[in-house]
Amino acid sequence: MKHATPKASLQVNQNEGLIFEKSSAGKAAWKLPPLDVPEVDAAALLGTAERKDLGNMPEVSEIEIIRHFTRMSTWNYAIDLGMYPLGSCTMKYNPRVNEAVARVEGIANGHPYQPEKISQGALHIIKTLSEQLIEITGMDAITMQPAAGAHGEMTGLLMVRAYHQSKGNARKKILIPDSAHGTNPATAAMVNYAVENLKSDSRGMVDIAALAAQMNEDVAALMLTNPNTLGVFEQDIHKIADILHAKGGLLYMDGANMNALVGKVRPGDFGVDVMHLNLHKTFSTPHGGGGPGSGPVAIKKALEPFLPTPVVITKADGTLAFDYNRPQSVGRVRAFYGNFGMFVRALAYIQANGPDGLRQTTEDAVLNANYIRKGLEGTYDLPYSTPTMHEVVFSDKVQLKKGVRTMDIAKRLIDYGFHPYTTAFPLIVPGALMIEPTESESVEEMDLFIEAMKSIAEEVEEDPQYVLDAPHSTRVSRLDETAAARKPVLRWKPAS
Amino acid sequence: MRYLPKSPADREAMLKAIGLRSVDDLFAPIPAEYRLTRDLNIPRQMAESEIVDFFRQRSRENGEGYTSFLGAGAYAHYRPVIIDSLISRGEFLTAYTPYQAEISQGTLQSIFEFQTMICELTGMEVANASMYDGSTAAAEAVMMAVRLTGRRSVVVARSLHPEYREVLATYATHQGMPLSVAGFNDDGRLNLKELEKAITPETACVLVQSPNFFGTIEDVAAVAEIAHRHGAMLVVSIAEAVSLGIVEPPREADVIAMEAQSFGVPLGFGGPYCGVIATREKYVRQMPGRLVGQTVDKQGRRGFVLTLATREQHIRREKATSNICTNQALVALMVNIFMTVYGKVGLKELAKQNLAKTAYAAAQFAKHGKILFSGAPRFNEFVVQTSEDPGAINSRLLGHKMVGGLPLKKFYPELGNAALWCCTELTTRSAIDTAAGLIAESERSMRSSSVASSKEEDVEEVAR
Amino acid sequence: MPYPTDRKYTKEHEWIQVNGNSATIGITDYAQQSLGDIVFVETPKVGAELTAGKTFGTVESVKAVSDLFAPASGTVTEVNADLATSPEKVNTDAHGSWMVKLTLKNPGELDGLLSAADYEKFVAEEAGH
Repeated sequence: MKHATPKASLQVNQNEGLIFEKSSAGKAAWKLPPLDVPEVDAAALLGTAERKDLGNMPEVSEIEIIRHFTRMSTWNYAIDLGMYPLGSCTMKYNPRVNEAVARVEGIANGHPYQPEKISQGALHIIKTLSEQLIEITGMDAITMQPAAGAHGEMTGLLMVRAYHQSKGNARKKILIPDSAHGTNPATAAMVNYAVENLKSDSRGMVDIAALAAQMNEDVAALMLTNPNTLGVFEQDIHKIADILHAKGGLLYMDGANMNALVGKVRPGDFGVDVMHLNLHKTFSTPHGGGGPGSGPVAIKKALEPFLPTPVVITKADGTLAFDYNRPQSVGRVRAFYGNFGMFVRALAYIQANGPDGLRQTTEDAVLNANYIRKGLEGTYDLPYSTPTMHEVVFSDKVQLKKGVRTMDIAKRLIDYGFHPYTTAFPLIVPGALMIEPTESESVEEMDLFIEAMKSIAEEVEEDPQYVLDAPHSTRVSRLDETAAARKPVLRWKPAS
Repeated sequence: MRYLPKSPADREAMLKAIGLRSVDDLFAPIPAEYRLTRDLNIPRQMAESEIVDFFRQRSRENGEGYTSFLGAGAYAHYRPVIIDSLISRGEFLTAYTPYQAEISQGTLQSIFEFQTMICELTGMEVANASMYDGSTAAAEAVMMAVRLTGRRSVVVARSLHPEYREVLATYATHQGMPLSVAGFNDDGRLNLKELEKAITPETACVLVQSPNFFGTIEDVAAVAEIAHRHGAMLVVSIAEAVSLGIVEPPREADVIAMEAQSFGVPLGFGGPYCGVIATREKYVRQMPGRLVGQTVDKQGRRGFVLTLATREQHIRREKATSNICTNQALVALMVNIFMTVYGKVGLKELAKQNLAKTAYAAAQFAKHGKILFSGAPRFNEFVVQTSEDPGAINSRLLGHKMVGGLPLKKFYPELGNAALWCCTELTTRSAIDTAAGLIAESERSMRSSSVASSKEEDVEEVAR
Repeated sequence: MPYPTDRKYTKEHEWIQVNGNSATIGITDYAQQSLGDIVFVETPKVGAELTAGKTFGTVESVKAVSDLFAPASGTVTEVNADLATSPEKVNTDAHGSWMVKLTLKNPGELDGLLSAADYEKFVAEEAGH
């Protein structure tokens, strides 16, 4: 390591091959109890449908499995190890009480089709969380069904389309700012809307004049992220909403950046008609290496008839039930009711915080981003001087003069014991460094981060090649992604 | 607040460093008219013990301790304890998506193993890193077939899970994909004549589930022959993954859309679950969802990366194969560990136990009620027709802390008083005998009270 | 770099080489440099109709996808089989790696395209940004 850092040291780290490389006939990690019913002859029952061979499925013992996955886990970075400065990902602490309550028997083992009489616990959880999310967002109703943010976007746009159709004209397009996350245009296309790009102005915000010019009765909605992907609050949000509503359009808000708003302002209050939330961002449910998420969609009253089926209602006798009688519903977006396990976790998070905790969380999130902005201003180029909320975007403009790009700086950051920030996004900032610390970072951790970033900037000046060759301290160095894409090897195969 | 690692002194110092007087200054960009001046109207902050109490109470109100005969797309199997031991490790639980491969090899290698094992079990050449669930996997597999064939319409088996069909309808509506439905025979299988009639030169694919919603194993080869003869693709949905231990996978399929929940994912009142799409190598560029590939680093060491990312939303944007941005990574890890624990021999034994329990139950119930669809092999579910409304029988079962089979009237009204029952390795003989006994009683009382039994009984509201 | 004078060029960085009524299309060296390592090329099938100025396929690198725009209208007669197995050849020899051959529908369209010299100037301006 070129520069020592108090944050991380090198350590012996266990190797581990593929589980198939450990497999050997006769080893077992399982044992079933004896049958209390008569044995059956599978061949007799299934005939030609009987499977004889499970091919190369592994055979290993329990300790090998424990070591296999434990060793592999030590190759990962994680929130439990340190900060993830990833922009718009909101990598906050995943509280352990969430995990404990999700495992309580009746909650963990409830079957989605069990009678309503013994589902009151689950229904109560869905209803309580729904009400609290409605209050937090300032909207009127919500569906918990979508499995993730992108799924929520799709559901939201389906409701937008159904709304317009009910008014006699489904309309043709969705306006999307050029700073938007890739799921936004991908989703619009899936719902058969054309995508029209909306340029940002010099402050990185929606260009009001452009919006006014592009808004017409062919536009179903504007998909907005607020604060936007630069971490900047759209101060003209009122004008934006007015322009849309004047021509009968709807304002869709991507709720990825809610961590800057909870308890301080509500999207429903500033003109949003439909929005999705990311429980795995704002509401602390764990990322788990890439999922599961949950993407509930909150709406204003006008869209209520179009909610996916079923909806939780309270019956006359006070008990809770699912209502399937929803003639104008957009239908189902998935089987069952949504990622219920994530509802449990999100609710536990809100309960642990209460109104004061949520507000304090948001304040700390914004304070932290601004602290880092102050710490790195002058070292890295800041393309937009507009006030920062919960995330800040720098660019690699200065370092580019030495041939070093954002991805290289990010790889070098790994040697300092951090996970990289978001590189090369948003697209409107070439060579972007998008940083969102979240409220979960202490001053100590952030100071280490700022020190690391400053140290790298020095290295870029003194020895850019060292940065270009980073990371130097990981078990694998930069991987050949070109070969992986040209000749994809997507599974293990036994040696022939 | 105990999750926030800051003291008031810290905050003071930070504000000073930034050059601001108070935290309110940070929120100045929000127009004053919108800034909240009140607390959110949610309950006060709770202590950890209070949170635990809240959920324990909800658990008691949620059928804690009940024995269930429900299946229908969500299955109660034993979850080896090491699954939670391992996935609870912070390095798995709190890790991000493995975009930075050098510090995500744990996640990436485990996904590579997952992809491999799914291929082995399904007989396909390539599998993705998981989709949201079986229902959306089926819808996305259908859209894949539409893209690959350039045709727009879809023939769906009526024996496909009704909620999967609803999801497909939602996805299809806006993509201009006409759906037609082909019914099932007396043996529960897809009616091949109806299938032939429904297929047109515009059919992109046929979508069938096997074992199907009734637990019946379809004649996939016959369905494939018809589909392929018309230039359409065959998409097979698998909802009960454990079936792959003893039932031949649908090797004639072009795409398999699976639900892997049975492999170690808790029932959890419907989610999160674990969908997967598996297909032939030649279709891989049209497959949605994340893919992990093997490669080498600069020193030639083996490593794993997310690959073929150009199919995905963050690059293709509106031309992406899907908008999906997640894979169910943590749930897929549960599935991975489950498949590893049981392995080549265990998965077969597990499936055989499911087969045995179900065969026993069907035989017992057959003495009193009518078992439908007996003309074809089944895995771990079967349909029983009773004289009495299954809802009433289930009410009585609830008194024994048992949940009976899913009444089917809502989905298949023509089947009358039919219910779908599922037995897994966890179902005990005594539970089966008790349930059979209650059905016997029901049949006896229906016979004896004949016309008089049309009096309105207080039928418990059941879920469906 | 001097661009071959035996062909014409488009502002979308394709080249087209004419031989009587048929033509061969590929991408320029500037294009392959901008794209980085090419991993996959998506081409139309033989018999497909191309329209001048419209997209007819894509070129993928690890992190990006670029559309291919038809320099001229016509019917595809041949597709380079090498592209499927060795897309990297486009990187090593862009001007020697052809992608599709077609029968021209309207040879007059070529008049509007850039000469090697004009293309070189165009690229110099673009690179200067």
